[in-house]
Amino acid sequence: MIGAAWNGARAFTATSGPGISLMQEFLGLAYFAEIPAVLFDVQRGSPSTGMPTRTQQADLLSCAYASHGDTRHVLLFPEDPRECFELGALAFDLADRLQTPVFVMLDLDIGMQDWLCEPLAWDDRKTMDRGKVMSAQELDAGRDFGRYLDVDGDGIPWRTYPGTHPSKGSYFTRGTTKDRYARYTEEGPAYVDNMQRLLRKFETARALLPRPEITNASQPATAGVIWFGSTGAAMAESLAELERRGIHLDRMRIRAFPFHDSVAEFIAAHEHVFVVEQNRDAQLKMLLVNECRIDPARLSSVLHYDGTPITERMITREIAEQARLFVPGLGFQRPGIRKVS
Amino acid sequence: MTYLAKPRLHHPELPKNALGYTRRDYEGAISTLCAGCGHDSISAAIIQAFFDLDIAPHRVAKLSGIGCSSKTPTYFLGNSHGFNSVHGRMPSVLTGAALANRDLIYLGVSGDGDSASIGLGQFAHVLRRGVNMVYIVENNGVYGLTKGQFSATADRGSRSKRGAANNDEPIDLVLLALALGATFVARGFSGDKAQLVPLIKAAVMHRGAAFIDVISPCVAFNNHPGSTKSYDYVREHNEAVNRLDFMPEREPIGVEYPDGGTSDVVLHDGGLLRLRKLDAGYDPSDKVQAMSFLEAHRARGEVVTGLLYLHADSDDMHAALQTVDAPLNALSDADLVPGNAALGGVNASLR
Repeated sequence: MIGAAWNGARAFTATSGPGISLMQEFLGLAYFAEIPAVLFDVQRGSPSTGMPTRTQQADLLSCAYASHGDTRHVLLFPEDPRECFELGALAFDLADRLQTPVFVMLDLDIGMQDWLCEPLAWDDRKTMDRGKVMSAQELDAGRDFGRYLDVDGDGIPWRTYPGTHPSKGSYFTRGTTKDRYARYTEEGPAYVDNMQRLLRKFETARALLPRPEITNASQPATAGVIWFGSTGAAMAESLAELERRGIHLDRMRIRAFPFHDSVAEFIAAHEHVFVVEQNRDAQLKMLLVNECRIDPARLSSVLHYDGTPITERMITREIAEQARLFVPGLGFQRPGIRKVS
Repeated sequence: MTYLAKPRLHHPELPKNALGYTRRDYEGAISTLCAGCGHDSISAAIIQAFFDLDIAPHRVAKLSGIGCSSKTPTYFLGNSHGFNSVHGRMPSVLTGAALANRDLIYLGVSGDGDSASIGLGQFAHVLRRGVNMVYIVENNGVYGLTKGQFSATADRGSRSKRGAANNDEPIDLVLLALALGATFVARGFSGDKAQLVPLIKAAVMHRGAAFIDVISPCVAFNNHPGSTKSYDYVREHNEAVNRLDFMPEREPIGVEYPDGGTSDVVLHDGGLLRLRKLDAGYDPSDKVQAMSFLEAHRARGEVVTGLLYLHADSDDMHAALQTVDAPLNALSDADLVPGNAALGGVNASLR
């Protein structure tokens, strides 16, 4: 995948958690040497071999920060096979545009089960975005080529495919540190310069990625709920049931990491937000707290991780119980702000 | 250390090849390896081979893993794209690159630590898949970058610089390559450029997986008495079975070899290999015989060099996969995107 993408072909691999673990070193290389790569991670249960045929959403952290050193990766979260198709196609454009690994995070429940979904559709006007690839003509026209040079201010450098030009545009791809012209260096300022540019690139990614789907409750609500992936179907049912019980929640389905600015805005606009996910450690919540600088007390988790698909009943029960604790006007006040008499 | 830039001024009368390139155009940065390192001689042989073959430098992609050997692609073919990948996993990167553009020439450079230990699995698969490439292992029997621990190719009983004996059986990459189905298998010695350059040229012109194990003494950690990868040991125990001449077909074959027999092999693109037999009993087209010959000589402590096995009309991975003639990285939207109408058929099949 890395070699083919380096050489200008589109390439991907489909894997699951153990494969992600195995590929950590290569993922760091692809991040640092800036090689497009697309990975479909069908998330199964547990660390190690775990529950190979059961479903979870437990690879968020190991993918978002895959490999040693300072790294951050782009993740996409489809909710059903139709969106796998759409985000899958988009992942290749994003990988080429951003020159970095892009993970399509399927839950095993999406990857292995039969689903009923909308028919797949393709817009015939769409063309592939191969990103910033400098041609022999552009090199001949005298364009300055530095493999890691940020000419456009978006953190994304230009690249050439091997074999493009007899005397211009060749460079050495390496995992070692390098300067803007891909020359080996261990100079501190050159390293910092490069790492800062990678952060700019990550900011560019934030604006390019699919935005979250935000919908309001049927009545003005002070609380919200966040989910992603295969949770969608159970979530829709649960939200209807909660409304019936008088618990009104604004909704946000997250579709990508790094999070769009509207994610933090949604959380800021509500007194309390539930985060529903299918893992033990509240990995999406950790990412939200860490990346959006959110007070963890504003969020509470609904966690399902026994390997079976999440159910409406479980979500409804958990949210109804927690709502009494955390959401003003729905019973108890939040413990942290309860008045002491 | 030598981080100096090479002078760009060239003598106006440097000899040029058929494409008008001088030998300088095939060079890279100045080596930072130890003076006398065998690897630098291999780099020089690579430069000579590509110059002689009239291959434009930018039509070569050079890939390597991690280690002293894997640093060397910086030191040759400066106008080629290079890829210094991760330890032991150059073969997978090369496989992907070779799939993406069949029109380039792929040169993989690795070491004995890189290929015989951490990368043994990848080494196996890139050979058995018949990836069209030249795979060179610069084999010195030690981990030079980490101060000379035995590698997996160090002979049993050979001694380290500090005098410790190696207890483990060596992995013979040549025997392994034969067993794995490489269609061009050779062994050279970095101290014998006259033998090595034609081997590299022939390997480049071969279609399929070409493997060359080059014994390359480590002057810092494995060039002492008791080592079986030292200059002295290899010179004394070098058992060359043949000498090779590579010539493009367009040149008339007018060279006569009075001593010993010769045999000619025509390559797929019309180039010709002339083998001068030094050991009358050695037949490089017979894999079974090659394996037993190698084992017998290894038992006697001899280092067999030369073209050890050749399957001249072999196919490569692209033939096996029946890929299109155009490089995959040049395919357009029209080639790759079947469109909404075709998708409708997929939808219908899933109802």
